[in-house]
Amino acid sequence: MIRRSPGLRRALLAWTIGGLVLLYVPLALVVLNSFNASRTFGFPPSGFTLRWWIAAAGSSGALHALGTSVVAGLCATAIALVLGSMAAFAVQRYRFFGRRAVSFLVVLPITLPGIVTGIALNATLTSLLGPVGVTLGIGTVIVGHATFCIVIVFNNVAARLRRLGTSFEEASADLGASPWQTFWRVTVPLLRGALVAGALLAFALSFDEIVVTTFTAGPTVQTLPIWIFGNLFRPNQAPVVNVVAAVLTLVAVVPVSLAQRLGGDVAGSRT
Amino acid sequence: MSSHSTARPGARLRLAALLGPPMLWLVVAYLGSMAVLLLSAFWSTNTFTGAVVPVYTSGNLLALVTDPLYRDVTLRTVVVALGVTVLDAVVAVPMALYMSRVASPRARVALVVAVTTPLWASYLVKAYAWRVLLSPTGPMAWLTGGHSSGYGIGAVVVTLAYLWLPYMVLPVFAGFDRVPDSLLEASADLGAAMATTLRRIVAPLVLPAVAAGSIFTFSLSLGDYIAVTIVGGKTQMLGNVIYGQLVTANDQPLAASLSLVPLAAIVIYLLAMRRTGALENV
Repeated sequence: MIRRSPGLRRALLAWTIGGLVLLYVPLALVVLNSFNASRTFGFPPSGFTLRWWIAAAGSSGALHALGTSVVAGLCATAIALVLGSMAAFAVQRYRFFGRRAVSFLVVLPITLPGIVTGIALNATLTSLLGPVGVTLGIGTVIVGHATFCIVIVFNNVAARLRRLGTSFEEASADLGASPWQTFWRVTVPLLRGALVAGALLAFALSFDEIVVTTFTAGPTVQTLPIWIFGNLFRPNQAPVVNVVAAVLTLVAVVPVSLAQRLGGDVAGSRT
Repeated sequence: MSSHSTARPGARLRLAALLGPPMLWLVVAYLGSMAVLLLSAFWSTNTFTGAVVPVYTSGNLLALVTDPLYRDVTLRTVVVALGVTVLDAVVAVPMALYMSRVASPRARVALVVAVTTPLWASYLVKAYAWRVLLSPTGPMAWLTGGHSSGYGIGAVVVTLAYLWLPYMVLPVFAGFDRVPDSLLEASADLGAAMATTLRRIVAPLVLPAVAAGSIFTFSLSLGDYIAVTIVGGKTQMLGNVIYGQLVTANDQPLAASLSLVPLAAIVIYLLAMRRTGALENV
């Protein structure tokens, strides 16, 4: 229909290109600015320099925060991988009362604003569990991250289970395999791509999270986003912040393109 | 193995084993925290130490209604969230229409990837990018010869709209994709002009998808305080006030009751959107 109207077609193409330019120009600018010789990052850049990259490589604060982020991300991803897959199996392979409620509960932590989840966890951890010896730290950050990462694994595994259907598992059972053998020899190998994609995306989400982290980390633990936010308004740290931001922009593309290649549901995981 | 009948005891046991751990986690860690949040909105603080004491008070919730500051901030936050939603819908609908109905199959895949990738780029970096763009010595000021409006509430709307744009494009794209070609052909065969077909056939079918996208843009904007801090100048939204009460004023119960405001706004919004069929499109 629209293909028959060249005017509208061209207008839509121009609009789409404009939208994509809008999406990518700010990100490109961050990368460009990390090489900007001007200390105040005036535009247009006054020259090209690698000084800030060298300074960032030696910034112990940023490197330490990076380590914390990696540990929190790996632990949260491991928990989400186990719990998310279990929930996906239950919802996709069984019919039971309250199935939709389970799906809803899994999605809820990513649908509500982070600040609500953050304040809720903070209230529980400090007011309720504080008196019995719980202190905010990397452990509480991991609990918070795992809670909203479950949905990412769940969505990827559930989508794959739905697409696969049950014929492979039925064939295996007909050939005399026990449910245990079928699970490990048939189902898990078929799911490997979805599991890896889910894990990559869950890690990416955890790595980037700042709001829930703010309310669960306490004063001593700094993840990379918390470090960036803490240094964003300090003019003398601006060059290092620029480089870290550029690195994060470039690094973000890796898990997404890997997950995409593995057939992960990159678009559907978060929406 | 499909749809195990839960009548068999073995299957029921396996289902319980599968559902138990994730439900335990989500019910205890998540719903449990939500319950504490609701409860603690009615708790008080010790006037001397500032420590939270679980003694009932309705003062926190009363403050929400009576204090004009909170009313203004709530109003501002809702207006910003709606503005972001409208802006995203305006930008996203033509993009999604092009991706779904005009682009070649190969271009479609590439476009979906191109829209999705920025979603996974760091939220903080994206907000920071706009701080750089709008800075007094930055590109926007350079392009406009110093007439850029800089940081403020306008910058907040634009930055939030930028942050959530993929959340609007993807469901609307899926919505356009679900419109059957046969309907469009039937409409054209019956003599409808393209504008008529778009308005009378496509728009009603795609509206639930726009509503689905708007749930994300609205809900994510309501609770945001990081982007507001980065590009908003002195602008305060609900998130900033909640953060301030918890971290600066150390009044956890008041922060808890304040965070019920975005929660309530989202529930109201979800109920309103349910009538459009948006929830089946999420």
